[in-house]
Amino acid sequence: MTAVLSIQDLHVTIGRGARAANVLRGVSLEVQPGEVRGLVGESGAGKSMLGRAVLGLLPADAWIGKGGIAFAGRDFLTLPERERRDLLGRQIALIPQDPMTSLNPVKRVGDQIARVLQRHLALSRRQALQRATELLAEVAIRDPQRVLGLYPYEISGGMRQRVLIAMAFGCDPSLIIADEPTTALDVTVQRQVLQLIERLRERRGAAILFVTHDLGVVAKICRTMTVMHAGRVLEDGETADVLTRPRHAYTRALLAATPRADRPADALRPVPPALIESLWSEAHRLDRLSIVGRT
Amino acid sequence: MVDVAASVALQQPSRWAMGFRRGGARLWVGGAIVAVLILVALLAPWIAPHDPIEQDLLSGQLPPAWMHGGDTAYLLGTDSLGRDVLSRLIYAARVAVVVGFVAALLAGAIGITLGLIAGSFGGWIDQATSRLIDVWMAFPPILLSIVLAAVIGAGLTSVILAIVVVDWTRFARIIRAETAVQLQRDYAMAARVIGLNRGQTLRLEILPNLVPLVVTLLAVEMGVAILVEVILSFVGISVAGDTPTWGGMIAEGRQIIYQSPWVMAFAIGCVIVSVVGFNLLGDGLRTALDPVQRR
Amino acid sequence: MRWGEIIKRLVLIPPTLAGVGVIVFVLLRIVPGDPIAMMIPPGASAADIDRLRALYGLDRSIPEQFVSWFGHVLSGDFGRSISLRQSVSELILARLPATLELALVATLIAIALGLAVALTGVYFRGRRLEWAVDGGIGVFLAIPDFLWALILLLSFGVLIPLLPTSGRIDPQIDVSFRTNFYLFESLLRGRIDVVGALLSHMLLPAIALALPFAALIARLLKASLSEAEDQDYAQIARARGFARPAILLREVFPNALIPTIALGGVQITLLLGGTVLVERIFSYEGIGNMAIDAVINRDFPLIQGLILTFAVLFIALNLAVDVVVTLLDPRLRHG
Repeated sequence: MTAVLSIQDLHVTIGRGARAANVLRGVSLEVQPGEVRGLVGESGAGKSMLGRAVLGLLPADAWIGKGGIAFAGRDFLTLPERERRDLLGRQIALIPQDPMTSLNPVKRVGDQIARVLQRHLALSRRQALQRATELLAEVAIRDPQRVLGLYPYEISGGMRQRVLIAMAFGCDPSLIIADEPTTALDVTVQRQVLQLIERLRERRGAAILFVTHDLGVVAKICRTMTVMHAGRVLEDGETADVLTRPRHAYTRALLAATPRADRPADALRPVPPALIESLWSEAHRLDRLSIVGRT
Repeated sequence: MVDVAASVALQQPSRWAMGFRRGGARLWVGGAIVAVLILVALLAPWIAPHDPIEQDLLSGQLPPAWMHGGDTAYLLGTDSLGRDVLSRLIYAARVAVVVGFVAALLAGAIGITLGLIAGSFGGWIDQATSRLIDVWMAFPPILLSIVLAAVIGAGLTSVILAIVVVDWTRFARIIRAETAVQLQRDYAMAARVIGLNRGQTLRLEILPNLVPLVVTLLAVEMGVAILVEVILSFVGISVAGDTPTWGGMIAEGRQIIYQSPWVMAFAIGCVIVSVVGFNLLGDGLRTALDPVQRR
Repeated sequence: MRWGEIIKRLVLIPPTLAGVGVIVFVLLRIVPGDPIAMMIPPGASAADIDRLRALYGLDRSIPEQFVSWFGHVLSGDFGRSISLRQSVSELILARLPATLELALVATLIAIALGLAVALTGVYFRGRRLEWAVDGGIGVFLAIPDFLWALILLLSFGVLIPLLPTSGRIDPQIDVSFRTNFYLFESLLRGRIDVVGALLSHMLLPAIALALPFAALIARLLKASLSEAEDQDYAQIARARGFARPAILLREVFPNALIPTIALGGVQITLLLGGTVLVERIFSYEGIGNMAIDAVINRDFPLIQGLILTFAVLFIALNLAVDVVVTLLDPRLRHG
């Protein structure tokens, strides 16, 4: 079985010359069809950058130094621009982090959903709006007809995230990159949104790369998981294995720092600074080695 | 990333040095143009090859020296009365510089005072000033200057007065808004908490923060004042008599535009270079002096 | 700008106009300079002069004159022009259409130019062409309309004589217009030849008025476009497979338009104020050109009428901009 997404030894650097900073230091990762993979790490670990690299959303001054991204066996980086655009939004979709800023403020919800459907599915505007209504019903929005005619500022944050989820599943993609889709939401809304993503995935069968810093979320919905730090993969495996028998010291430290229902709150221990420091210095040693290797 | 930030902090030069580097080419080019303009005005009697009002009716409307029929004694040619165009341009810089500096400083003094009072006291004083500014903004500015200069009568003072009366609002409006904004900031609140009264807060906390804005406004206003003087001369109600001014030369050149277009062209060139110079200087100063680099 | 704000603005209009009226009126009368002296033939007797004074009401005290003038203004009567010996209202109404047509054509040129330059600049963001565009915008912003008028006069009137440089239409063309909106009227009547003649006369002054305004639109729009393109929704559109030009036009532009109109719309008043000199330079028969003659002739009633006309236009434009912004921004529309 070909992996939906296969990332090989990906190196990404921001800036050039003296101001260059490595953000991904040789990341390899695979997502199989229908798999839900959690991608965890603290902020600055490079997990969001990985998602951006796949979607072609790297910042203007970032560049891929080495490595490859393949989508369903096709090399994504050498694909002609036009073909890549036909895949993006159609086969690879995004659920963004912040529902407040991810919808166009001056366009009606219905227009925004319909535009994506028209772009990729060769639908007429009427068909696209019809399908948008169905999608909104599917993400449990009541009175979808009315919501289609509203502007983003007129609906709640949770509702906006549902709209964005509907847009992501709209073209039945085979891979969805969910970039911390619950971080900006209230705790009560978070659960509903997670259940929604889970249900849609079961029905429509997309693979999901779920970027998050929340191990609890990973435990709930991801079958497999990848732990990242300083732009490197530290650990990778079945979620159940990683969470019960973590191999890497950093994963153990992360688990010890995560609140759990079966443990008193005072048992929480922060990730030891010494560990973080040694991980960073290891990353920087790798940087120097790779520079030597290149020249 | 961490190490990059640290190295920047270590070798941070002073705020002013940084500022002047930030101002970049615009600051230097603008400053150079303005400096040359001032020098030419100061040194006019020594660098002008001829007396600017000396008429030589036998050599009227000579083209510039490099054109067919030109005379090397009159480098940029002569006007209809046989006066040396170059010398007139040089002497006209004096009027431009005097009007530019005096009018801008006076308009600035009035506008800034009113703006500060309105912005810091609020209430009915603010209301009254704002309504006054509303009335002023409803006037067509050029027409108002022309009417003013016409009713006051010809002369340098009348030109300066016409500019000041029309343009004080440019300062008042912006300073009023900025003062009000600054007073809302935390440090102004803090100043009140530690017991400074309104006057002290204004002097110690607000004014220093307005300096970059004021300097920029002044530089731009000097360019505007030069333009207004040109307009008034062009309409024929500026400095009286033989005194050469760029606007007057443009008006005279317009009469002989088909025979000797260079008279007008050179005068327009001088005005454009000066105005662009003041604008560049203003732009450069804004970037250089702004404590928080804004977009 | 919410509707409540707009109503507040409406309420402030009458006092603002009254303020303009008072200032112009007082200004013109506290200074030396006698309009009567300019219209009397040499050798007129003192009694004749006094009669003229009384005729124009110049023999009464300034407050009396003001009350009488303002009362008439409120009923639409701006008095009689001293130099042209006609009703000021009729004179202004006859000339205003020429200025409005010129300002409209100039505004359209400025919008087209500004849009093209801003979109080009943003499309080439971070590349060398962007610096060139920014530099060009800076220069065109610094040079005001009347200098452009002189430069255009010199270039296309004298050096390469391509276009007419004076008047509104060729004197030999007679179409006996029914209104003073020559351009609109000939457009409606389908007289393309007349439209061409009118536009060729209008082109140089209109471009002169348009260039600084175009630069302003370009600068504001380009800044807003850059800012909007960095927003999440525009970035995400790329991840949905839309091409950059489509994103710029359909996602980014509608958002950038609102701040551009809010900040730049007000500056149409500057363009309108610029007609005073530009019309003068191209001998275009609008109210701007008329205003300069009125000042030179010390024609008090005409100056007063013209300044009030400009003030009404300025205030109306400001209000129109606020209304347009409120209509365009869905967040304000229902606010």
